[in-house]
Amino acid sequence: MRVAQTAYARQQRVGMTGNEAVAYAVKQADVDVIAAYPITPQTIIVERLAEYVNNGELNAVYIPAESEHSALSACVGAALAGARVFTATASQGLALMWEILWIASALRTTIVMALANRALSAPINIHCSHDDAYACRDTGWIQFFAENVQEAYDLTLMAFRVSEDKRVLFPSIVNLDGFILSHGLEALYVLSDDAVKGFIPPKEPVYPIDPERPMTYGPLALFDYYMEFKKVQAEAFKRVYPVILETFGKYEEISGRRYSPVKTYLMEDAEVAVVVLGSSAGTARYVARRLRAKGQKVGVVSLTLYRPFPAGDLAKALRGLKAVVVMDRSYSFGSPGAQLFMDVATALYHERERPLLINAIYGLGGRDLMPQHVEEAFEVAREAARTGEVKEREIWLGVR
Amino acid sequence: MATPIKTLKEIPREELFTPGHRLCAGCGIPQLVRMVLKAIPGPKVIVNATGCLEVATTIYPYTSWKVPWVHNAFENVAATAAGIEAAFKALEKKRGVKRPKIIALAGDGGTFDIGLQALSGALERGHDMIFICYDNEAYMNTGIQRSGATPRGAATTTTPAGSVVPGKIERKKDLMGIAISHGVRYAATMNPAYPVDMYNKIVKAASVEGPTVLHYFCPCPTGWRFDTAKSIEVSRLAVQTRYWPLYEYEDGTYRINVVVRNPRPLEDFLKLQGRFAHLLRPENKHILEQLKRDVEENWNRLMKLAGLS
Repeated sequence: MRVAQTAYARQQRVGMTGNEAVAYAVKQADVDVIAAYPITPQTIIVERLAEYVNNGELNAVYIPAESEHSALSACVGAALAGARVFTATASQGLALMWEILWIASALRTTIVMALANRALSAPINIHCSHDDAYACRDTGWIQFFAENVQEAYDLTLMAFRVSEDKRVLFPSIVNLDGFILSHGLEALYVLSDDAVKGFIPPKEPVYPIDPERPMTYGPLALFDYYMEFKKVQAEAFKRVYPVILETFGKYEEISGRRYSPVKTYLMEDAEVAVVVLGSSAGTARYVARRLRAKGQKVGVVSLTLYRPFPAGDLAKALRGLKAVVVMDRSYSFGSPGAQLFMDVATALYHERERPLLINAIYGLGGRDLMPQHVEEAFEVAREAARTGEVKEREIWLGVR
Repeated sequence: MATPIKTLKEIPREELFTPGHRLCAGCGIPQLVRMVLKAIPGPKVIVNATGCLEVATTIYPYTSWKVPWVHNAFENVAATAAGIEAAFKALEKKRGVKRPKIIALAGDGGTFDIGLQALSGALERGHDMIFICYDNEAYMNTGIQRSGATPRGAATTTTPAGSVVPGKIERKKDLMGIAISHGVRYAATMNPAYPVDMYNKIVKAASVEGPTVLHYFCPCPTGWRFDTAKSIEVSRLAVQTRYWPLYEYEDGTYRINVVVRNPRPLEDFLKLQGRFAHLLRPENKHILEQLKRDVEENWNRLMKLAGLS
């Protein structure tokens, strides 16, 4: 690939943790305002950003807010005023922001947030679950999932471009698995500042706060108008997906790295597969490769995009399979399946032929996902495929 | 800073807050808003907490505001204003965008209670904004529930004047004290019966770089249960009974703007309002006495701070 080689020649190979990579991307994006509150495992992102600002490497105003609720509230105000805005949080912090997540989306702000995924209390825990990402799936934010540090960096840059695209104007979350990615040191390629500047030009705000053109932001709308507001928002959100595909394409041109909402691995002739989000994709692929060597027809599907949910592309990727295990790093009490499972099941419902579905709960609160856990998931899928029956719809991997 | 005005005739005529809003007859809010928009010339942005003012002036597709107006949520007006202020600071540096004055408006709920944390954070960080609390001493928008600003003895829907518990038994919070202890350079109380004083205080607050706090006595005929024609009378009595001292704090100095030498009896203020009706009955005399002590103690404290006693 000539394009890719040229692109890589202009990039620097560096070692960074996920948090550092996100902060570096935010600096290169030349944000105007950062408002945040420290929370493990995100804290290093905002510490780095504070250093960039205080050392004059980033010309931005940093608001050390007194809570996550205020941090996101300040982000909303700053975004409406026309600034490029960033925040970062995790778990309890996101829960505290939750009220404002809806407002940030409905007011069509273009905030970018890094979410270092962490389990929700109780018991209190600082390690990875996807509870926080799932908890805001309905709020009107675009959500990307990184599976390694390179992706955390790349997706942060792409999130700014997608959110600020005039066909989009919705806020974005970049999910990176707490500690596994946020604190994991990896080698990655970073773009030059100029390349980033070309990819994300200065924000051209749409209807910013302007005393010359006074407008009312965030009015009251009751039963006579509220529903139309929501319909407009729904229609607008449906137009986000193609812009994301287009942005992935543009990013490939400058970076040589190809992104896709749905990633498939060894899926061509697969009979069973696992569907997974985040850093576990790598573990799943490693196991799939080993099982393939033993002649088992297994594959892996992972999602880079969680909202808008790539239902059509996912259904296509799972077409012809006999059984699928959907891996959830969270649990939805009383629901007919955990959160990703419900989305996958809904995506498949409209298919003429559907695979058998099993929901595997794994990795809660940072519990390691070991290769044998993925092997277990594949074995359950293979058994279902063999017998044509699902013995247990919900299995827990690695629980004592 | 502009010279203080002496009469109402000196106030600009231009109205940036238009009629047609749904605030109640006799409500004290519109007078405050009109005065704020007149006293602060040039580009400005209003940031409004959820509450009476917000719901009554921006019922889609209508708006009463001829200036940029932003509503985010209830408890976060100071944080939202902080974000807007920070954005304009950044955009001024990077792109030469002109910085407007940022004015946060909230009721007592959005200031004393649910909004206190965001207010404290914004004051401590020193954002350049004027924070104005229109204090009608209860959650009026949701139907007159008690707040941290409700005075001792007042009846609200969550502190009804019952036979065992006669209204709210706790004292009102000291918002001015809270603001001043954050190190703000200017804070003042205001009252609609004293419009010239009010106008000059808004001008002064706007002239200070950094956060300032204005605490406005906001008569509420609906919640306090008085004749809508008597808003100004009730407001004036609040000052004349020493219930609502008009004072300001400026760079370490306290000044009482209306020194009430011979106060009217507190009952004159109370008896016009249904929320205090039960306090005037003999069985509740002890609460009335406590409220009187609150008023007296506060006045004596301020006189001492202002060097007048």
